[in-house]
Amino acid sequence: MPLTWAGTSPAALPLPCRETGMNLEKVIFGFFIVLAATLNFGFFVGDIDNPQHHDIYELFFAIVVSLIATVLKLGDRTQIGAVHLSTSLVADLQLIAAAMVWGYAAHISADGLTPEMVARIVSLSGGALFANVVSVIILIAETIMQRR
Amino acid sequence: MMPLLRHQSVFFLIMRRMRAPLILLIAIIAISVMGLTLAPGVDENGKTVYLSFFHALYFISYTATTIGFGEIPYAFSDQQRLWVLACIYLSVIGWAYTVGTVFALLADRNLQQAIRTQSFMRAVRNLREPFYLVCGFGETGRLICDALDRLGFRAVVIELDDTKVGEIELYGYHADIPALCADARNPENLKFAGLTHRSCIGVIALTNDDSANLAIAIAARLLAPKIPALCRAESAETAANMASFGTRHIINPFEKFSEYLALALHAPAAWHLLTWLTGVPGTTMERQRDPPHGEWILCGHGRFGRMLAHVLEREGVPLTIIDRNAPPPAPSARWVQGEGTGAPALEAAGVRRAAGIVAATANDVDNLSTVVTARELNPKLFVILRQNHFANNSLFEAFDYDVNVVPSRIIAHECLAILTTPLLVPFLEDMKRHDEDWCDRLLGRLTDRFGWEVPTVWSERINVSRAPALYRKLMKGVTIELRSLLKSPSNRDDALACDILLLRREDDDHLLIPEGDTELRAGDELLLVGTAEAQREFGLLISNDHALVYVLTGTDLPGGWIWERLSRNRAERSETA
Repeated sequence: MPLTWAGTSPAALPLPCRETGMNLEKVIFGFFIVLAATLNFGFFVGDIDNPQHHDIYELFFAIVVSLIATVLKLGDRTQIGAVHLSTSLVADLQLIAAAMVWGYAAHISADGLTPEMVARIVSLSGGALFANVVSVIILIAETIMQRR
Repeated sequence: MMPLLRHQSVFFLIMRRMRAPLILLIAIIAISVMGLTLAPGVDENGKTVYLSFFHALYFISYTATTIGFGEIPYAFSDQQRLWVLACIYLSVIGWAYTVGTVFALLADRNLQQAIRTQSFMRAVRNLREPFYLVCGFGETGRLICDALDRLGFRAVVIELDDTKVGEIELYGYHADIPALCADARNPENLKFAGLTHRSCIGVIALTNDDSANLAIAIAARLLAPKIPALCRAESAETAANMASFGTRHIINPFEKFSEYLALALHAPAAWHLLTWLTGVPGTTMERQRDPPHGEWILCGHGRFGRMLAHVLEREGVPLTIIDRNAPPPAPSARWVQGEGTGAPALEAAGVRRAAGIVAATANDVDNLSTVVTARELNPKLFVILRQNHFANNSLFEAFDYDVNVVPSRIIAHECLAILTTPLLVPFLEDMKRHDEDWCDRLLGRLTDRFGWEVPTVWSERINVSRAPALYRKLMKGVTIELRSLLKSPSNRDDALACDILLLRREDDDHLLIPEGDTELRAGDELLLVGTAEAQREFGLLISNDHALVYVLTGTDLPGGWIWERLSRNRAERSETA
């Protein structure tokens, strides 16, 4: 049989790289993705219109961790990396929108932080939570696929 | 330097490198903002207040970017100022690191190459006009690009040498020539440069490396079998290899010149006709001395020398070879071992009784030195001089040679003849089959008419796109003789300053110098020779109805739709009456 495999196209190279040891990069990556989801969840739980159930510091950290998770996903050229990046961008967008609503309610609107405003903020963060959950599911799926 | 592979883009390259500084920046801003919301401040009533996230982010944003609007909403307390002090230095470090990374990235050679490759690929992809892919921008490549640019064709260049790629921008071409600094042996690079692009109408492989030209030829044969490939090959093995897989045009400058020399020796008139027809447009040919029959000396038995020796032997010319190497076991000609540049070797070769000398080494200075010495010993010598580098042109011009062999120019002329006037090659082949008298008469007739200046030679095809007016007339069944067509569209009593050299029909054989009463048919191909003005006028009269009718019948057609209608009505009325 003639040897036809010519190593010209990198797409033809086998992709899955089996690494047996623990990879610090992967630990950090997983840490930020899960932390973004947990912080988001922590902010989200509670009565939807009760400001006492939703801490602003938790929202702040959810945004910061989500932004860092987004940057960590930049520059990954694989298909799964692209889906990761897009879910992360969705979460950022929703959380920043929630923060902007909070800022508007606290400083610009005449009525201050009303229950309606809190309900808006929490529902926006609920959307972000969904995106973060998708991110975590992808992370788990990716891990299972690699370890098989 | 290899360009990036297709799936890698500049965007991802930048993003990957920017990961660390971006994370640092986010972390610094986050820490600063959080600290600011925790530091206690005092309002105008002396009450303890804390900055909201909104105010804290606002303050950090303008402080970190060094804009600095002051302390809001109240003057800061000492606790807050202490934290802001830390924030200022932290943010300076963050920005300095980010900006430094951005500049390092912009100065990165790999990134610059990636950006250049991408813009090149975009330029090639967006080409909508037909273009030629030229591999190698040496002397020959430059001549070809010059000529293509003048003829209004686009070109795309691949060149290995970075400095030569830079030179392309220095030449003032009418149209942009996209150029890539890459190895043309890599088929991926050829694809980037548009080998498989649908507007690519030809590949011209001109690198000075035979194996690279061979690689280009085979890539063109496999990836784009429909478009013609013109390949330079300086060794017989490469040429044979190229021919084996069906490369259509293999150009070996030395073989080409050897053919010319053979023609010049046994049919000088045909040779003069050939040089006159294939010269550089705009130059004047002089009727050169015919190469004499007699003893010849050949200096240098390299690739070129071997081919010349072979040709001269075939023509039955007594030959002496001077070479610094010892003769092969059974030399075909008399062999003198020595330096051709010195008088002793030349004397030993019999320069005083020789008729001609060929300086055929790969060293320009050696060649000049040889012929200068030889001319001193025998002023009547016919001198054929090989010039390897265009840079030495002024030296060669200063010497009164008979024939100058410049490989780069031979290749360029051959390429252009193949590309622009495809009928010229069959004409020259046919011409060589005729006898001396015929060629002499033809040369005399043409040069009497057009002078010794190199004429314009061009091909026309009678089809809908090239010659709509003439094509429609012929399809209507009108009989048109060649004689009636060669008239000036401004005054039909004047003949058009051009002649038809060859008429080719699909079913018929070639008609060399067709008679004036030959009837034209749709689909005919013509090879014409004449002035540049005649070329324009001929193009006009075969494409424009008014010009054609005037030339054929002498009547001016009425212009415009209304006048056409009126005149048709009048003609119908006169017919019924």
